[in-house]
Amino acid sequence: MSEPNHGRRFALIWLVATLIATPLVVVLLGPILPPGNGSEQASGKVTDNTVLLAMAMPVLLLVVIYLIYAVIFFRQPKGGVLEGPAVRGDSRIQTTWIIVTSLLVLTLAVYGTVRLEAGYGAGSGSGPSPVTVPSGPKLPVQVIAQQWKFTFRYPTYGGVETPHLVLPVNQMVELHVTSLDVIHSFWAIQLGVKADANPDVDNIAFVKPTKLESFEVRCAELCGIWHGAMFDYGHVVSASAFNNWIHQQEVTFAPATKVLPPYSTTYLPEPTRRGG
Amino acid sequence: MSLFVKKLLGVGAAVAALGLLIGFYVSSWASSFPKSVAATTTTTSTGASSELTLETVGTSGPKVSPVHPDWVSYLVKSQGRWVHSTIYTVPANSVVHVTIYQFDSPTGLRNPFMAQVQGTIDGTANIDGKAVSAIDPEEASHTFAVPELGVFVPLPGVSEEAKHPCEAGPCEPSTSDHRTITFSFRTGKKGRYHWQCFVPCGAGFIAGNGGAMQTLGYMDGYLDVV
Amino acid sequence: MTTTTESSTPQPTQRPVWRRLLGFNLLTAVLLGVGGYYLGWFIGRQIGFEGSFHYQTKSDENDVALLLAYFFGVIGFLIGLGFANYPLSRMLGRPASLREKEGEGIGRYFGLCTDHKVVGIQYLVGIGVFIFVGAVNAMLIRAELLHPTPKFVGPEQYLSLVGMHGTMMMGMMTSGIMGPFANYFVPIMIGARRMAFPRIEALTFWLLMAAGFILTSTIFFGGFPTGWTGYEPLNDQAALGMDSYICFFALVGISMALLGLNMIATIMTMRAPGLTWSRLPIFVWSVFATAILMVLAAPMLIATLLMAALDRTIDTSFFVAGGGGSSYLFENLFWFFGHPEVYVLALPGFGIVLELLPVFTRKPLWGYRLAVSGMLGVTLLSFFVWQHHLFVSGINADLRPFYMLSTEIISIPTGFIFLCVMGTLWKARSTFTVPMLFCLGWAFNFLIGGLSGVFLSDTPSDTDTHGSFFVMAHFHYTIVGGLVFTFFGAIYYWVPKMTGLRFNERLAKAHFWLMFVAFNSTFMPLFVLGMKGMPRRVSSYAPNLQGLNVWVSISAFVLGFSMLIFLANVVYSLIFVRLRAEANPWRSKSTEWQLPTPVPVNNFEQIPVFDSDPYDYGTPVAPIGRAQPASAGA
Repeated sequence: MSEPNHGRRFALIWLVATLIATPLVVVLLGPILPPGNGSEQASGKVTDNTVLLAMAMPVLLLVVIYLIYAVIFFRQPKGGVLEGPAVRGDSRIQTTWIIVTSLLVLTLAVYGTVRLEAGYGAGSGSGPSPVTVPSGPKLPVQVIAQQWKFTFRYPTYGGVETPHLVLPVNQMVELHVTSLDVIHSFWAIQLGVKADANPDVDNIAFVKPTKLESFEVRCAELCGIWHGAMFDYGHVVSASAFNNWIHQQEVTFAPATKVLPPYSTTYLPEPTRRGG
Repeated sequence: MSLFVKKLLGVGAAVAALGLLIGFYVSSWASSFPKSVAATTTTTSTGASSELTLETVGTSGPKVSPVHPDWVSYLVKSQGRWVHSTIYTVPANSVVHVTIYQFDSPTGLRNPFMAQVQGTIDGTANIDGKAVSAIDPEEASHTFAVPELGVFVPLPGVSEEAKHPCEAGPCEPSTSDHRTITFSFRTGKKGRYHWQCFVPCGAGFIAGNGGAMQTLGYMDGYLDVV
Repeated sequence: MTTTTESSTPQPTQRPVWRRLLGFNLLTAVLLGVGGYYLGWFIGRQIGFEGSFHYQTKSDENDVALLLAYFFGVIGFLIGLGFANYPLSRMLGRPASLREKEGEGIGRYFGLCTDHKVVGIQYLVGIGVFIFVGAVNAMLIRAELLHPTPKFVGPEQYLSLVGMHGTMMMGMMTSGIMGPFANYFVPIMIGARRMAFPRIEALTFWLLMAAGFILTSTIFFGGFPTGWTGYEPLNDQAALGMDSYICFFALVGISMALLGLNMIATIMTMRAPGLTWSRLPIFVWSVFATAILMVLAAPMLIATLLMAALDRTIDTSFFVAGGGGSSYLFENLFWFFGHPEVYVLALPGFGIVLELLPVFTRKPLWGYRLAVSGMLGVTLLSFFVWQHHLFVSGINADLRPFYMLSTEIISIPTGFIFLCVMGTLWKARSTFTVPMLFCLGWAFNFLIGGLSGVFLSDTPSDTDTHGSFFVMAHFHYTIVGGLVFTFFGAIYYWVPKMTGLRFNERLAKAHFWLMFVAFNSTFMPLFVLGMKGMPRRVSSYAPNLQGLNVWVSISAFVLGFSMLIFLANVVYSLIFVRLRAEANPWRSKSTEWQLPTPVPVNNFEQIPVFDSDPYDYGTPVAPIGRAQPASAGA
């Protein structure tokens, strides 16, 4: 009985599956991958996720199809006590595997780095001194995380503090995320922004919203009892609507602005350690 | 008794004991919610409205909280008595009138933003008879805030030189020095919203936000809009 | 290799019950433990009295008292078991001995026993008990997540449930395979009569049991709100129950470090003649690699927790920004331990799969040297990747590309393991026994887990998935789908050797299939939930996510039910039916299967001499071009 050429058969099945599934996944899933197109950074990451998915598909298919193939074709006949071929390795296959996986991985690392810096941090909190800073005008907005509410301060508008986040569309925003007490994390889901809020730390994230929509803000770092309740809805509006809004906020919150400390990138309000 | 019967009994006893332990464990978690108190509802010609009478005390006292007698706490008036619960039921799409008797001394706000009254019907709160839109942040003793409804009301403290401070809860407005704060806000659709204090009044904890500030029944609770 | 015959032991004389209860045993240990607890509490109350640490009276809690209570409780517990006896006797000049190994009967399993086989079984049952507690917590968590707003459990109780589940599972599964199976089989596989340090071996088990008990006791102190990572400064802000977490992990860390130390010493120094490193079973290699990680990483955890305890008790400021400390310090210290920790969880799984596959495919292990380099590569690299947990924390942005690179690179040695699995399956003659099924389940699950890890290692992609249910899905796939599946595979494979009894095949297969399907049904949707914006550790989530959450919860209940099938199988097969297993039901060529069952106290009558690795399966292949003959390693 002649053994079919398993190697050729499997390679063929895998190749066909990859050529069909990978473009299918890219076309069908790509557009709906998170985080959506709410901002420049988010759109960039939809692309990144699509690329990652496209690179992961062949690997996924390789192993899964192989496992199924092995289970179907490499079986012990019922009640048999046959042994398989005593092959302990194949240096060519091993070398090829090492080279291919290393190339894949290095490509991913380079790609990730390039995309990270091209997106000015890709919406992540990049610390007090980010590596790449976008040129041009940036709207500074401070996100103050406290147990258990995010409040937002606009230093260029008199340091007014507001309970909700409203941003103008197509304007690069420089978010300064800080905390007053424990570690929180500012996650503007549809904008693709996530920056941890650490006490006494100024965590900078850049985002340029591109769609007029409301977005969900959630806390992404366990901060105590109401961590799950620490959510809000922000809005991206047109530049003129934003102007109207912020001036109206300045009026509404004038009493609060009077008693607020001057704008600073970090605050350490009393009690700084144990209360009482 | 045959070996089989002995094993059966042994396994049966073990399973029963285990079942009891698990049942006890699960039920103690599941019943960990403090019970809720309904606000007094009245329906007037302008629609449903309800009244909630609360008080904040600086020391719970062993009667209110045998487990944590030193902790600050909110108490709610239900059927003429002060009850140690922070889960309040109010009707949807209605106006809620809140009266808070504040017996504790000031601690000060960590974020003075909360010193401004927000989310009430006319943007003010009535403090000791005067309508006020913001207080001195250093004077704040507690806040009543429902972040999901945008309600933030700071509660000023009783002065340190007060003659008759309340030593331990439950406190009576007729006998101890207090501040009276009243305000109203509207509820919308049904849901379970959390409310909390924003003043670091959890004494002895980092940033003053531990202990009573992080335990349901003291400085935090739920507003069940039904 | 030579087989052994059972040596006869003299019958012990029956002593009256009260005399048997007196002495160093579990009962004494519990009594002394309770006594120590109250002693520590008393001392703590004296130290923390009003006026000295004033904030403690304000906060109504005395962390010093609880920590000292736990400390003295554990000391009392260990003294009661008899751990102080040998050091004291040596200090008094008495000669060295291993007399605790003697004695027969089931009583050995409830006290200090220096027979590594007894310790292995103690571990299996002990870990099983605490895993069960953790699993009940998981069921409660999923029950709560059926509704978008809290329904049954208060918010701080929910956080305690989440924290207890994670902490208990991490602490117990760290020694999940090292404890039961490495302790039982490594000495046998290397041809030794015992471990290098048998008393320390027993100590690691009892420390873990004390730790598990301490963590469970957190429910009496209000639980803890930080989740298993114990981030500061929330850790410092937490109430009394946090000290249980600190004590638990400190004890687990000590247990881990000692277990690893013991394994390294045993494997390095006690191999039988002829057992060179290149003939070592791959499972022993994985144990060795894991042990290195344990020894190097666990002390970091212990030190970090000590600092956290100092912050909580005497008001130091290591982690509190207001006092000059930094919350970053904790994140870095914790994850410097935390990342090697997850490889402590993954590596034994690799070892089990690679050890079992040759037996069921009737082929030698393919790529032995590659597998070993993979494991050692993972061990080395795991110390260089930890900052990927801090990608969005605001760390120095210059560092992120380096950690992205190192995290991506660590997938290369992990890939070696997959190549070896696939190579062993190539042209095999596989029988799909239950252990084999669990190995194949591992392959699928760890693949998904690993690929999702590649997404997480990419910083831009991680920005959206960090701290969300995507991460939860990733680590449950690698830890549960990886380690727990191999844990069960190892149980089904080795229990016939450890007990001489057979499991019921039907129940075992039902367990596997139900578990595999339910597991994937539970955790695959979590990737979607994470991408749709559900953060971790929340009991309130966006209402549009309820459908998925209900699906996940129901699948989780089915997964829990599959565990009950396993337990039923244990009761049915090991207690009631007790069918004798054949001497070598899997026709394995590994050393342990050549010994009689039960394995004699001193394992071998004569120390064996090894002349090959245990993968002498397969029909030799004539060299055609590049195919190598059977005896050459690859």
